[in-house]
Amino acid sequence: MADFIQALLGHYNNWAFILLLMIGFYAMIAKNNLIKKVIGMSIFQTAIILFYVSMAVKKNSTIPILDHGHGAVEHAIDVAAYASPLPHVLMLTAIVVGVATLGVALAIIQKIHRTYDTIEEDEIMEIIAQ
Amino acid sequence: MKVIAALFSIVLGVVLLVAANDLPIWGDPESPVSVHLSSYFIEHSVEQTSVPNFVTAVLADYRGYDTMFETAVIFCAGITVMTILRRSHRLRKKNVPPRPVREGQDIIICSAARLIVPMMQLFALYVLAHGHHSPGGGFQGGVIFGASFILLALAYDLKTVLSRLKEKTMMLVSGLGVLVYAGIGVLCLFLGGNFLDYSRLASILQVTEIEARSHGILGVEVGVALTVTCIMLSLYADLASGGEMDEGL
Repeated sequence: MADFIQALLGHYNNWAFILLLMIGFYAMIAKNNLIKKVIGMSIFQTAIILFYVSMAVKKNSTIPILDHGHGAVEHAIDVAAYASPLPHVLMLTAIVVGVATLGVALAIIQKIHRTYDTIEEDEIMEIIAQ
Repeated sequence: MKVIAALFSIVLGVVLLVAANDLPIWGDPESPVSVHLSSYFIEHSVEQTSVPNFVTAVLADYRGYDTMFETAVIFCAGITVMTILRRSHRLRKKNVPPRPVREGQDIIICSAARLIVPMMQLFALYVLAHGHHSPGGGFQGGVIFGASFILLALAYDLKTVLSRLKEKTMMLVSGLGVLVYAGIGVLCLFLGGNFLDYSRLASILQVTEIEARSHGILGVEVGVALTVTCIMLSLYADLASGGEMDEGL
C-alpha cells in the first residue's frame, strides 16, 4: 500500500489530466445541451494535450530550441538539456485540428438549431419521433 | 442517466489512475518518450536542417507529410463549415429567421482595435518568419494574423472586414496555402529528389543543401500561415453570422 501511494505521488502530473478527462467524459455523456457536449469534448481534448506535453518534460531541461543558434554544430549537443520535441510537434498539430473540428461541430449545431429550433437533445429526439 | 454517466467516468478515472502507475516518473530524462526518436532529432536537426528550433525542424521537415495533410484538414474544415451554413440565394429569400440588430459601435473599442490590429499583424509576420529561432511558425503566425481580422470584425462589424477581404479571396488564398505547400513538394520531385525533400531546392536558391532545407521549411510555413489565416477568419465569419455574412455578432 505504501508503495502504491509512493507511486501515485510520483505521477501527480497524471492526476490533472485524468481529472480533466473524467470531467470531459462526463459532460459528453450526461449533458443534454449540444453546446455543453462540445465543451466537454474540448475539455477531453485538452486533457490529452496536457498528457502529451507533460510526457515531454525532462528534469532540469529547457524548451526544445538550441541555445547557440547558427554555428552551433561544432559543439556537442546535450540531449538531456532540452525537452523532447516530438510530443510538442504532435500536440501542435492536434491543437489546430481541434480548432477545425470545433468549428465543424459548432456549424452542425447551428444547422440543427435552424432545423429543429432547439439544441436540447431530448427535445430533438421528441421532434424526430413525431 | 446522470448517475450512470458519473459512474462510467469514475470507473474510467480509477482505471487510468491505476494504469498511469506504469508510466515513467514525471520529468525522468530516461523515459521512453525521450530516448528513441526525440534524442535523434535533438542531436541531428541542426546539422541536417540548420534550424535551431527542433519543433519547427521536426514539424516541417522530418514530419512534412503530416503537416501538409494537417493543412489540408484545416482547409477541408473551412469548406465543410461553409457548405453546412451558407444558403443559396433561392433558399435565403424565404424562411430566414430575423437576426438580432447590432447596436452602435463603441468609439473606445474601435480606436483601441485600430491601434492593436497593425501591431498584431506585424507580430504575426514576426512569429512566422522567426519560427526557426524562437517559438513560432506557420500555425501560430497564421492564427495571430487571423485573430487580428476577427478583432476587427468584433470591434466594427463583419461587413467592414469582408469588404476588405472578400469571401471569395479568402477561400482562394486558403487553397493557395495548401497549393504552396504541395507545390514545394512537387518542385523537389521535379528537381530529382523525393516529395518534400527540400535539399533539392539548393540548385534553385543557390545555397548549400542544408540551408536549402531551412529555406524550404520557411516556404511551407508561409503556405501553412496563408491557409490558417483565411480559414480562421472564414470559420468566424460563417459561425458568427449563421452563414448570412451580414453584420455578425
